[in-house]
Amino acid sequence: MANHKLSLIVNGHTEELLVSSNTTLLHALRDHLGLMGTKNGCEAGECGACTVLLDGEPVNSCLVLAVELDGREITTIEGLSNNGQLTPLQQAFADLNAVQCGYCTPGMLMASTALLNRNPRPTEVDIQKALVGNLCRCTGYQRIIDAVIKASEQGSAQ
Amino acid sequence: MTITESGLIGKSVKRTDGLDKITGCAVFVDDIQFGPNLLHSRLVRSPYPHALIKNIDTKKAEALPGVRAVVTGKDMEARLGLYLIDRPIFASDRARYYGEPVAGVVATSEQIAVEAAALVEVDYEALPAIYDPVEAAQEDAPLLHPDLGDYPVANFIFPQPGTNISEHFKIRKGDAEASLASCAAVAEGRFRLPPIEHVPLETHTSIALSEKTGQITLWATSQSPFAMRDMIAQSLGISHNNLRVIAPLVGGGFGGKAGVTMEACAVVMAQAVEGRPVKLRFTREEEFVGTSVRQSLVSDIKVGCDADGILQAMELTYYFGGGAYNDYGVNIARAAGYSCTGPYDVPNVKADSLCVYTNYPVGSAMRGFGMPEIHWGLEQIMDRLAEEIGMDPVEFRRLNCVRTGDEIVSGMNMTPIDLEACLDKVTKAIHWDKKEAPTAPNKKRGKGIAIMWKAPAMPPNPGSAAVVRFNEDATINVEVGGQELGQGTFTVVAQIAADVLGIPYENATVSYPIDTKYSPYEWQTVASRLTWSMGNAVKAAAEDARFQILETVAAHWDEEIEDLTIKDGLVISFKSEREMPLNKMVIYGLPNENYEGWKGGPVVGRGHFMPTYVTNLDPETGQGTRAVVHYTVGAQAVDLEVDLETGQLEVLNIASVYDVGRAINPDLIMTQIEGGAVHGMSSAFEALKFNEAGEVINPSFVDYRIATIADIPRKIHGDFVETPIDDGPWGARGVGEHVMVQTAPAIANALYDAVGIRFSDLPLSADKIYLALDEKESQ
Repeated sequence: MANHKLSLIVNGHTEELLVSSNTTLLHALRDHLGLMGTKNGCEAGECGACTVLLDGEPVNSCLVLAVELDGREITTIEGLSNNGQLTPLQQAFADLNAVQCGYCTPGMLMASTALLNRNPRPTEVDIQKALVGNLCRCTGYQRIIDAVIKASEQGSAQ
Repeated sequence: MTITESGLIGKSVKRTDGLDKITGCAVFVDDIQFGPNLLHSRLVRSPYPHALIKNIDTKKAEALPGVRAVVTGKDMEARLGLYLIDRPIFASDRARYYGEPVAGVVATSEQIAVEAAALVEVDYEALPAIYDPVEAAQEDAPLLHPDLGDYPVANFIFPQPGTNISEHFKIRKGDAEASLASCAAVAEGRFRLPPIEHVPLETHTSIALSEKTGQITLWATSQSPFAMRDMIAQSLGISHNNLRVIAPLVGGGFGGKAGVTMEACAVVMAQAVEGRPVKLRFTREEEFVGTSVRQSLVSDIKVGCDADGILQAMELTYYFGGGAYNDYGVNIARAAGYSCTGPYDVPNVKADSLCVYTNYPVGSAMRGFGMPEIHWGLEQIMDRLAEEIGMDPVEFRRLNCVRTGDEIVSGMNMTPIDLEACLDKVTKAIHWDKKEAPTAPNKKRGKGIAIMWKAPAMPPNPGSAAVVRFNEDATINVEVGGQELGQGTFTVVAQIAADVLGIPYENATVSYPIDTKYSPYEWQTVASRLTWSMGNAVKAAAEDARFQILETVAAHWDEEIEDLTIKDGLVISFKSEREMPLNKMVIYGLPNENYEGWKGGPVVGRGHFMPTYVTNLDPETGQGTRAVVHYTVGAQAVDLEVDLETGQLEVLNIASVYDVGRAINPDLIMTQIEGGAVHGMSSAFEALKFNEAGEVINPSFVDYRIATIADIPRKIHGDFVETPIDDGPWGARGVGEHVMVQTAPAIANALYDAVGIRFSDLPLSADKIYLALDEKESQ
């Protein structure tokens, strides 16, 4: 299997990678870069646990081939907070106990971050539409909606 | 709600694991890195639901470059089980469900393991398969376990060798038959539930390492690292101190990660490649096909009341479809047996609760442990009986529900609860007396009620141990063996320890991952038992540490221990008003006068808890002094509407109230109540589906739908009441499972209120509702 050299800008840093043609972005992040915050829930694009931002847009990283992404910008959960400074969205998830087991949380945070970037004041319905592909078995979702609204009221996700 | 003097019990402090989980720092099993030495593995699964295994040829698989080992169950006598030791690690002579592991392949990459698994050649001889537990319980049914009589079994489980019945629990109380004959009203019905999956977002994953020294380490997605160690150690003849189970945070369990699922397979494969860690990670498809399920149930219920609506008698038969192996399911049938009436006073009861082998996946623990299954029928039949006798469903329940001190079905006296208070709160929140208009002319709206009870279902003597260890700066590490699955148990034990020790909550850190090499013993994280049992152990450990501190300071000051307390990290004397910061003495102790020696030293508190008062039940009558430690009760009310053109059902409001004994962390209770209501709602629409050949046909999120963010009720009205029990920390008991037990029947009752049709079988799919509406229309 041929190996492909590419560079990704991950959380602001340029990373050089050697990947196979069938390596997904999910595996590139986890297995090649050791960024384990992005979770593998189904590898079929059905649960949203592996959501990351690709040039600011949310994608299921299990459905994107790494070789197609040379030079593109990726943001993962590890890139959300800096020097201990949480984003308002992360803070709202913590404050409202919108987290239980935590396995869906990175994907939820990334998908919600993307939503707030394009729509700073989403309605409940907007949030439901944006997160319908992110499954959670623990929380019952309402606190996740509430957290996104709380973050939006504070201005922005970032 | 009251808050303790230290202010932490009853306070909604934030989760201890919250920051880890919102920053991506939380480590789950799949996130642990093992480097290039790691090997990968894949299981070979039976394509038949029931077949004899004539031969397994591994040669082609072994010859594939990169394959390091292929293991089978050949020559392996080992079986697994908690209550009934009936399950092989790899099926060797017979496969009993579609997807059962028959071999395991270890290779240098996941891809090679997948390719090699396809090269393992297995000769099967198909056998007749049986799926319906009622049919499987008949004498002429094809037998799954001809050797049932040889399996080791717990002394409170009663398998029937020569049949598929792995447990038969009986209640014989009063004379149900005679009483029913004289009842003013009787309701009767058969109710069915399909098997459903737990569907945690994290799939089952294990890494096992067998070292040349004989030491085995197993990293596993586990709710019960100690029970897992015990079962695998016993099965494979490994000493407990040579088997180390490390269980990081669990990405959702719901019972599916209790006991042993696939972890013993990983250990056996690792033993074949000494010195190299072997990873076994289930795909999402395998999570649906190859893990345990909530058992199916067919329940036959007959219940009668007198002219005043007072319950007189019940006759019940529960047929639990236990699947291929019932090592856990037998205790579900037992729990359903001793709680068979639901939360009602019924003087005459005849009940038979059976666990029956079927050719479905292994039936096992799932959130509620038999209670969602039995309440599905019970809570609908109570509505029917209320209607029969002309009473409002809420009034009927208020009249008949169990109260503190009542003699319940198993003969024990009910532990303190207040179910009426729960009923009051839900009926108020849902506006029970108000008929509300649907939101559109093509819809009908209705309301339904359901109540529940559940006791922790476990052996009589499951224990908890805890250690509270001080650091130099008077922060503490709380060491426990119970697991954080998302329910918030680490937060609660940190609160408990900090409260007892008079230190800030932020100064208490729970030591995790749970590691059987270092963590104190905990039976299992199941049965909603940790706040109660592990909470008691942590409280005792903190009290032990507190006593050590006060003893040292009292001697130092020449005062009485009774005159001292700890507040805000200071030991203070009420008498002399002296103060001593904890960080001056919790490690280094205190000097005697003129430094002539020292007293005290590093403070390490230890505590344990084990219930000592549960008694055996008579095998013929199910009667005994104390069947269980206690019960938790609750009520739910549902307000929904149905689209008459599509059969689509929308839950608008759920009111959900439980008696938690004492709320240690009120907001965490609310997170359980809210999440459980949605889980319970989702469960009403879920089914693991099989074709005629016994194959699972919906093993993906697309075909097995769980509730999404778009499906949730418009509002969940959560609340709790507090009737303290005498054996819980500050009176607290568990509530993690109860919150979904009666959601499905509450929905069914509301559906009846809306459209006048009773649905006795789950799931409540839109097509089923539509067809029933259509049929009603045409009548």
